Formats: sequence, structure tokens, C-alpha cells
Amino acid sequence: LNLLGKLSWNVIPFDQPIPLFASALMVLAIVAILAWITLRGHWPYLWREWLTSVDHKRIGVMYCVLGLVMLLRGFTDAIMMRSQQALAAGDAQGYLPPEHFDQIFSAHGVIMIFFMAMPIMIGLMNFAVPLQLGVRDVAFPTLNSVSLWLTASGVLLTNLSLFIGEFAKTGWMNYPPLSELKYSPGVGVDYYLWALQIAGIGTLMTGINFTTTILKIRAPGMRYMRMPVFCWTALATNLLIVAAFPVLTAAFAMQLLDRYLGFHFFSVDGQGNMMMYVNLFWVWGHPEVYILVLPAFGIFSEVMATFSGKPLFGYRSMVAATMAICILSFLVWLHHFFTMGASADVNAFFGIMSMIIAVPTGVKIFNWLFTMYGGRVRFNVPVMWSIGFMVTFAIGGMTGVLLAIPPADFVLHNSVFLIAHFHNVIIGGVLFGAMAGYNYWFPKAFGFRLDERWGAGAFWCWLVGFYLAFMPLYALGLMGMTRRMQHYDNVQWQPLLLVAAGGALVILAGIVCQIVQLVVSIRHREALRDATGDPWNGRTLEWSTTSPPPPWNFAVLPRVEGVDAFWMQKQRARLGQPPISQPPDYAPIEMPKNSPTGFIIAFFAVVTGFALIWHIWWMAILGAFGAFVTLLFFAFRETEEIEIPAAELARVDRGHQLGAA
Amino acid sequence: MSIAVETFQERDEAEPAFDAGPAPKQIVVAFGFWIFLLSDIVMFSALFASYAVLVNATDGGPTGAQLFNQTSVAIETACLLMSSYACGLMSLAIKSQHRLGTYIGAAVTFVLGAAFLSLELREFANMAAAGATPQRSAFLSAFFTLVGCHGLHVTIGLLWLVVMMAQVAARGYRATVVRRLFCFSMFWHTLDIIWVGIFSVVYLIGSLA
Repeated sequence: LNLLGKLSWNVIPFDQPIPLFASALMVLAIVAILAWITLRGHWPYLWREWLTSVDHKRIGVMYCVLGLVMLLRGFTDAIMMRSQQALAAGDAQGYLPPEHFDQIFSAHGVIMIFFMAMPIMIGLMNFAVPLQLGVRDVAFPTLNSVSLWLTASGVLLTNLSLFIGEFAKTGWMNYPPLSELKYSPGVGVDYYLWALQIAGIGTLMTGINFTTTILKIRAPGMRYMRMPVFCWTALATNLLIVAAFPVLTAAFAMQLLDRYLGFHFFSVDGQGNMMMYVNLFWVWGHPEVYILVLPAFGIFSEVMATFSGKPLFGYRSMVAATMAICILSFLVWLHHFFTMGASADVNAFFGIMSMIIAVPTGVKIFNWLFTMYGGRVRFNVPVMWSIGFMVTFAIGGMTGVLLAIPPADFVLHNSVFLIAHFHNVIIGGVLFGAMAGYNYWFPKAFGFRLDERWGAGAFWCWLVGFYLAFMPLYALGLMGMTRRMQHYDNVQWQPLLLVAAGGALVILAGIVCQIVQLVVSIRHREALRDATGDPWNGRTLEWSTTSPPPPWNFAVLPRVEGVDAFWMQKQRARLGQPPISQPPDYAPIEMPKNSPTGFIIAFFAVVTGFALIWHIWWMAILGAFGAFVTLLFFAFRETEEIEIPAAELARVDRGHQLGAA
Repeated sequence: MSIAVETFQERDEAEPAFDAGPAPKQIVVAFGFWIFLLSDIVMFSALFASYAVLVNATDGGPTGAQLFNQTSVAIETACLLMSSYACGLMSLAIKSQHRLGTYIGAAVTFVLGAAFLSLELREFANMAAAGATPQRSAFLSAFFTLVGCHGLHVTIGLLWLVVMMAQVAARGYRATVVRRLFCFSMFWHTLDIIWVGIFSVVYLIGSLA
């Protein structure tokens, strides 16, 4: 009887100093944080107010924290790859052996896409969407908490692989046949698959939750064509999640069946079809690109309108462009593998569709430019990120159109030109958007603004560092350098790779600036305090409540009469007109009760996932059973909501009116 | 400034339903669950597509025409459709809060669903006994995954039904319980729709070939 499956002391990388040191550092940091929480006696507070919270704002903040921490982890991988490639030219072999380098580039991609970009974007949507819609929470608050903690489970499993066993060496797409058991017998691919299956379920539930929220739960009068653009982009993103993530779940399930039960979906023998995996992966993968970037487009729209002091130019065309991208994103997946050997007609179709999708994106760029035109633009940090985005993303978009031409793609496929292109759009689009949103909504979440000087420093370091790190890769791609090289013989590439490594260091300076910005802002929070709830002279409803908002967001749901609902309220007040809403008539409201369901289910998900990775079958059964029992407890709980009395609502609301006055 | 105000005061035609604010909980829950079912259908469509790609990849092993037993599949289909009918009768009983009717409806739904499942498992066992295991060829991998995934859904549905009856017994027709029962019936009917797809794509076309 084997009680521990494949687990033994040999799986701890005692002989590899780098992962051992890194994981020791990580464990030390976690232990230090846990010890600090214990010594300060913060556990009850943490459990009550955060871990069991079903408040969309708290969940949003936790998602963002998760994403920012994973940014550090993913960036560490990036800087290791850059330094390795800067060194390992000609006879030099660098400091990372191939099997370690392979794990690093795989982990970098997985972490940055699934555990950095996704959590930050979902976090910002969680925080802002219900506030912008003028309502009190999402459709399914407890499910929202389950989503968060399942994502965290995926993060935990991925990071466990650093210390216990290994991570996939197959690249972040995990293509067969390399990912099949025969060629990847270790647990790395299993870590990849189970971590992403678990996190993927969380993401799918987020998609269901937010689609329902946006379509069914809006303030009175908030018709579709009055919704803030960020809500529209969030709707498009969540529709894409609902339509795309199940395909990834299915593809990973097939790969798991291949690996665990000897099925032949993608195997070389048994007449499996490995290109089917590539197709399924990118049927999810291309919409995923837009899942990430559409919310960023929404953030830029909000920032541009707010800081230009004008309504967004071409609101209707922006909505149309967003929904057009939402649909077109399902018609371009094959451009990720033009070299597969499909016929010229098929490649031409997907090439043309890929170029067409640039049209609605171009519409958006012009709308943002015309929003600024004639406005009184205030160059706060969110605006810097937005303008940096427009320039950078336009360049990335153009190299994308270049790659959409099949003959050009045959030359550039899998070269570092491609790497430069997608970092150009993902850093320039998604990450810049995340940073704009972080700086824009931070005062709403915490009641004080972020320091502008350090914020500007972070922006400039990121912008300059980005160009230094990735422009050389365009050139190197054209010179013939392929991606994922642990070592290369052509020493002519080295100077450009040294520049790229320098760029990564400048980005590091940007990250340091961001950390300093946060620390400085917390220390100077009294000076940066936002008493009005409306620090940027905002236009949408999230700025009409206090900073931070009360758990119920709005004591009385606002009445919406047009786009930019809060701006309208302010205009009426300036013109001395009566407010839209009558003097508030406070009535008691019901808020969902906190629930540990999400946290406990995620605990069992980690247990089950870990057990399945290591073939510890009894533990997998126990974990799944635990999750089921937790669900039963949730289903049978007596009270689901707590009532907030009218007097409490009135007290908090009057305090806000005094602060704003 | 006055221009800005004017643009804001443009009014669309009155749409009172849209202006009422958040939808009632019953509608929100049903709508959300419906979106979940759509996502589930998307997952099945990926499995259907894989099956269609791999249907001829028999690797020298048995084909569908050699394996499928028409009679057994016909009885399975009848069980599942009648189970859905019973589920519909249960929904009527729930609407009038008729306890005995609910329990009988649920029992018939469960028994017919379980009959479907046991017939399917027997079919699987017979195929495996004849050497047609999912490990034999890519076609069989895709077959067992597609049909098995539907069977797994039926199993989860049966489990869910038992839990729901326990809830009716313990809590009566509370709003939450009724909402969940409504979701269950949507789930059960969706499994029918997917089975119709499997029946047509796998068994009908497979037997013709």
C-alpha cells in the first residue's frame, strides 16, 4: 500500500540552489507574515473582515493584492530569463541549466497570464462594476468569494511546485506531444493542469456572476446605453469568459485523461490528434487576450473622460467597438498557428479576420484621442499610463497586423519578434491599464490618494524599461532568434540581449517605485485623504458615495437619467436645480452574510489538487468529500442575510454629505 | 455648461422594466443558472467537436457501427425523456406546494435517471469486456469522454435531487429551496438536450456509417 503516491524526500530540490533558495525565501516571507498576524492578534479581524467577506469591494481588493504579489513572482522569472540570455552566448552557458530555464519560462507565462493579469482585471471589475452600476453587490456574493479562493488555490499549487517537485517544462501553452506522459513523465505538467483547472473553475464562476450582475442588477434607470463604458467592457469580458473558459476546461480534461488513464486524444499512438489540442487551446486563448485587454480599454475610457473633464467621445461607437471585438475574437484563433499546415484559403480567412479586428480597436484609439481634444486634460498618474498605453499599444497593434499576414508569419513564427509583439500589447495594454485603474480607484477603495511623484516615477521607469527590453527583441526576431533559448551560438545577438536585460532592470526600478509609492502614500495618508469621495471630479456613480464606500455602497439606490450619472447630479446641483432623487427615505436593507464557504472549499481544492498531482488517491477522495460536505453546510445554513437598520444607513449617509460639503 | 446639461437630458423612449432597478432574486438566480448551463453546453460542444474530429481515428480497432446497441440506446433515451417528464410534474407539484406530489415526482425522476445510468454503465462494461476500452483508440477515447461526461452530469443530478428532497423535508418550500429546485429542473432538462445531441451525433450517425 502506497500512502504517499509519488511523494518522497527526493522531490525536494536540495541539489539545486536557486529554486531551493527562492522557495526558502518565499516560505520565510509567508512565515514572517503569518507570525506577525498572530503576534498582533489580527486573525479574528482578518477572518471576519476579509477571508470570509462576500463584499465585492473586499474581494476585489484581495484579487488585486494576489495579482500584484504574483507580478513580483512572474517578474522574478522574467529577470532570470533576461539575465540568462544576456550571459549565455557562444561558449558561455549562463547560470540556469536547461531543465530549470524551461520551468522558468513556463511558469512566467502561466503566472503572468492566469495569476497576475487575470486577478488584477477581475479584481478591478469586482471593485468598480457594482459601484458604477449603482447597486449594493454582485448577483451571487458567496459564489464570488468561492471564485476568489479557487483562484488563490491555483496560485498556491503553482507556487508549491517550486519547492515540492517541479513545474511544467512545456511552455505556458503546454502543447502535446511534449506534455504527454511519455515525454513529460514528471509532475510538472500535472501541477500546470490541476492548478489551472481549479483556478479556471473560479474564473468561469466569475464570468457567470458578472454577466448576471450587469444584465440583471442595475440601479433604477440604468439602461444599457447609460452604463459606464467600463461596465460594457466588463460585460464583454465576462461573456467571453463564459464562452471561452469551458473550452479550456475541456481541453485540459482531455489532457488529464491522456496522462492519467492512457486515453489517446493528443497522443502520438492510438491515432490521437495533437493539433486538436492546439486548436482547442487557442479557441480559448485568443478570446483570453480580449478577456484581459477589454477591461483595460474600459479603464482608459473612464480615465480619459474623467481627466479631460468631458464626456467620452463617441460613447455609442465605443460600445459597438467593444461588442464587435467580443464577437470577432472568436474568429481569429488560427493565426496562432498558421504554420500548422492548413490550406492557403483557411490561413487567408484567419489572416483577414485578424486584420479586421484591428478596426474596432482603431475606433477606440481615435475615440480616446478625441476625448482629450478640446478638454482640460489633467496629467495625473492614471492619464500618464493611458497616454503611454495609446502610443505603445498602437505599435504593438501594428506588429500584430504584420504577424497576421500568413507569409510574414511563416518567417516570424515562434521567433522573439512574436515575444516582442505580445509583450507589446499585454504590457502596453493590460498592465498599463491595470496600473491606471489601480491609481484611479485606489482613493475610492482606501480613502486616500496614491502619491503622484512616485507614481510618475513608476510610470516612466516602466515605459522606458519596456521599450528597452522589447524593442531589441523585434530586431532579434528578424535576425532569426527563436523564443525560449537557454543558450545561443550567435554572439552577434548578445549586444541587443544585453540592452534587453538593461530594460528589465529599468522595469525593476519601476516596480520599486510602485512599492515605495504605496509605502509613502500609506505614511502620508492624512495629507492625501479624500474626504469628498470624489477626488478626481468623477463622472460615474462610484464617486458619488464615500471613500471607502460603506458595505452597502448606497444607502438609497441612485436614480439614473443618462450617461455619466454622477456628473449629471453635480451639474444639477451647480445650476441650482432640484436633485433627481427626492430627500432620501431610508429603509432597512438586507446584506448577504459573511461566509467561510469559499475559503474552506478552496482549502479542500488545494488538498484534492495536490493529491491528484502526486497520485495520493485516498487524499483526493477525502478532499473532494470535504468540499461536498462544505457545500452541504452552505446549502443548509439558516440565515443568509443580515439586516442593516435605517438609522445606521442615515447616520453614515449624513456623515458623507458633511464630508462632501 | 448649459450645452452639456442639454445633451444629458436627452431621453430615450420610456422603458419601465429597465428603469425598475435590480431584478428580483428569483429572476437573478434563474438567469445566472441559465448562463451556467450555457457554459456547460459550450464545454460539451468542445467534446462534440473532438468526437467529430476523432470519429474515424479507430486505429484498427472497432468502429461505432460495430459497437453500438440500438435497443439499449433506445431504452436509455426513453428513460431519460420520461425522467424529464416526471421532473416537469414535480415542478407543478412544487408550484402548488404539494408535498406528496413533490416526493413522488422526485422519486420517479430519480428511478428513471438511475435506470438510464445503469443501462449506460452496462453498455460501457460490455464494450470494455469486448476490448473496446478508451485506451484502444482515439475514437474510443472521445466516445467515452463525451458520453461519460453526460453520464457524470446525470450522476451529479441524482445526487443533487437527493439533497434537494432532504431540503424540502427539513425546510419546506422556502424561497431558497424553491429557487434551487427550479435550477435543478433546468439542469435536468438541459441534460436531455445534450442527450438528444449525443443520440443524433454519436448513435444515429454512428450506426449509419
